[in-house]
Amino acid sequence: MNKGTWLLGRLAQIVPSFVFIGIVVFVLARLLPGDPVSAVLGDHATDATVARITAQLGLDRSIPVQLLHFLGGVVQGEFGTSIAYRIPVSRLILERLPATLILTGLSMAIALALAVPLAFIAALKANRWPDLLIRGVFQVGLSTPIFYVGLLLLTVLAAWAHLFPVGGYGEGWGEHLWHLFLPALTLALSFAAVLMRSLRGAVLDVINAEFVDFARAKGLRARLVLGRHVLRNALIATVSLVGLQVGSLLGGAVITESVFAVPGVGRLMVESIFARDYPVIQALTLVLAVFVSLALLATDIVQMWLDPRVGK
Amino acid sequence: MSLVVRDLRVVFDTPKGPVWAVDGVDLEVAPGAVLGLVGESGSGKSVTLRAIARLLHANATVSGEVLWEDEDVLAMPPDRLRRLRGAEIGIVFQEPMAALNPVLTIGLQIDESLEAHTELDTKGRRARALELLDLVGIAAGGARLGQYPHEFSGGMRQRAMIAIALASSPKLLLADDPTTALDVTIQDQILRLLLRLKAELGMGLVLVTHDLGVVAQTCERVAVMYAGRVCEAGPVASVFASPRHAYTQALLRAMPGEGARAGAKLVPIPGQAPRLDRPAQGCAFQPRCTVSESACETRRPSMETDGDRRFACYAEARL
Amino acid sequence: MRVWLPLGAGLLILAALLVMAAVPDLLTPYDPLGFDYEALLAEPSPAHLFGTDQFGRDILSRTIAASRIDLQIAVFAMVGPLLIGSVIGLLVGWFGGWADALFGRLADIVVTFPFLVLVIAIVAVLGPGLINMYIAVACVGWVVYAKLMRGEVRVQRSADYVAAGQVLGFSTGRVLLRHVLPNAVRPVLVYAVTDMALAILLGSSLGYLGLGAQPPEAEWGVLIADGKNFFTTAPWISLAPGVAIVLAGLGFSLTGDGLQALLDVKR
Repeated sequence: MNKGTWLLGRLAQIVPSFVFIGIVVFVLARLLPGDPVSAVLGDHATDATVARITAQLGLDRSIPVQLLHFLGGVVQGEFGTSIAYRIPVSRLILERLPATLILTGLSMAIALALAVPLAFIAALKANRWPDLLIRGVFQVGLSTPIFYVGLLLLTVLAAWAHLFPVGGYGEGWGEHLWHLFLPALTLALSFAAVLMRSLRGAVLDVINAEFVDFARAKGLRARLVLGRHVLRNALIATVSLVGLQVGSLLGGAVITESVFAVPGVGRLMVESIFARDYPVIQALTLVLAVFVSLALLATDIVQMWLDPRVGK
Repeated sequence: MSLVVRDLRVVFDTPKGPVWAVDGVDLEVAPGAVLGLVGESGSGKSVTLRAIARLLHANATVSGEVLWEDEDVLAMPPDRLRRLRGAEIGIVFQEPMAALNPVLTIGLQIDESLEAHTELDTKGRRARALELLDLVGIAAGGARLGQYPHEFSGGMRQRAMIAIALASSPKLLLADDPTTALDVTIQDQILRLLLRLKAELGMGLVLVTHDLGVVAQTCERVAVMYAGRVCEAGPVASVFASPRHAYTQALLRAMPGEGARAGAKLVPIPGQAPRLDRPAQGCAFQPRCTVSESACETRRPSMETDGDRRFACYAEARL
Repeated sequence: MRVWLPLGAGLLILAALLVMAAVPDLLTPYDPLGFDYEALLAEPSPAHLFGTDQFGRDILSRTIAASRIDLQIAVFAMVGPLLIGSVIGLLVGWFGGWADALFGRLADIVVTFPFLVLVIAIVAVLGPGLINMYIAVACVGWVVYAKLMRGEVRVQRSADYVAAGQVLGFSTGRVLLRHVLPNAVRPVLVYAVTDMALAILLGSSLGYLGLGAQPPEAEWGVLIADGKNFFTTAPWISLAPGVAIVLAGLGFSLTGDGLQALLDVKR
């Protein structure tokens, strides 16, 4: 088996995942309280109209047919109309998605920039004070809820010190990044804590490996030994964790976007719950789950690139 | 002498207390000579080898003297140590699968060594890498450079590791039991390869092994280690013909013989390997020795010299 | 020492939390619901150590009173997933076959759902509130426990005493309950302690968003949300409940990590 077939196999795996995600979301939608037809028409419709709308929504057909119909719509990007905004859900989500993508991407970059060097310091000074300090701070960080970190940063750095905007999104790329820095930092701290913990363990596992001794025996510079031989092997173990953490990152985005009033899909999700905007909730659950599957696929590909043994 | 080791001691700090892994070892290697360092596992032979190249980790305390061409290795600053490793002293490990980085190509692992120790440009390094693979007997080097360790067979991996160790033509090669992980037929090939390279390149060789047969086949001089000490040293032929330490004798009797000794009865060494966390007061081999006397239990025999032989055994005259 | 110090600190925090939740009335300096119009948004002072909120309620008293709900969240949000996951993990781990294969696929797919997003989606369907939050967490959280339990059971299954029990003719149920379960359950219980830290964070986050505990139920996240409009002018409103969440989270995670090291449990 070579890398090409391995990748094809991995891609084939993702199709049943998507179908399953669709089924779960469909079932969730069927469990919704209230009758969708009266949600559309209100209480004063004639029987004829109710029958017409029922047929139009496909609700007179059997459940499996409805499921297929729903999945077909999803494939075409058809999620219905938002009850609160009265525009197509797909358009609403496309408008809100960029903010969330920038937020999560930026926070991932910040988390990596924090976690990688700190994990190395902690591992190289294992069980001495730099390690204990770094681990102690991150342990407290892991026990602090994201919304509270956000509120603290918001108060201190934005409201009091005026170093950053209090929230919002701004206009244009520069302002987007500027406005999203604090939310991204908030989100990054808990992610960095998880990453640091895993990477520190991985570095400790690798640093005593024979091949690291052999690299030293070749007379390589310490920086090359760490940066090439240790880091690369340690990252392999951590990359799959990054993939698994994308879900938590998106969950955290729901919270940070609410704290910092970022117009992304996370805030949209919370707003939609209070507005009982079910089509939006349904579509968002689906979109975010698909997003996580794609992130998992991406990390698998990165892992394949880092580790020549994958797929062999 | 190109390499002189004097009173080398290594103490490992473990959660269960100190372990005296190497306890006063003296060795000498002449330029271009082959020294066999032989002993059971745990006798301190590999630790000695790694201590010479300062490859032990922070939990090891090393004392004594390691002189490389009259320069103190244990006191070398990092830059000098880096040039020593690789450029002057090459090292080959026991397990090529563990010693080669699994995620880097063989080509890169050779190249980085050349980059560190030579002035060659990219093209020159590639040519040299191909030359090295050819030297260690790896055919189709061009394709092999782009491959990863897991794509090599066990013997090929060991050849690749030797090629890496030879990359910048060291004057001395330290080989830590390079054949244990291999099949018997491949073992023989690798030993022959090492001997051929030694002769062609004129470098010295320290060969750590637990196999007396390997020593007989490859080495000029031998040092036998037990419990972190050298118990006997000398030219291979005379040590094998007339051992002057009870442990050497026991080792030889436990080894299937060749030539004159072929067909002789094999006598296994009774008892267990010595405990390094609780060094014995007397001779470390005494509990397992069949010819010991009362002095062996209480007082450690000192090293005696007789011509080119060295040994530390009270029972020497009775062997 | 390296094990006992964090474990001791964790247990100490949890003991304090338990006392607070058991007898809040003995510890609160003021009535947690008592309005005091003389002291609206009062800064921290000897009279009100952590200040008062916009209705003059004593923050410290409210925080102590809220510990009961948060402890309840820690327990209930853990118990559901623990029970469901353990039973499923025990069964698929023991019997293997198609059920195990199906479980493997299902577990792979559940991890693709962002945990919080799925919990929020389920809460959206069921409506905000603590009970619905527990149901939502149980629907999603069982997978981790099932995976852990399955792994342990598969190890135990090949152990000698299990074969001995079968040779002696014990029924499958007896072997499972009396022999396999007690041996397999340890890492699962250790994880459950750590999981309670996550439950507190999740519960307070949902409370903050308005999807968990509903006012007037006093819950730390809800308390912080209550004061969020005064965050820049009266930041002390959120200090006591915030510190309480962090300490409770630390208490559970330190205890969990300590137990893991002490019992030498591998994850």
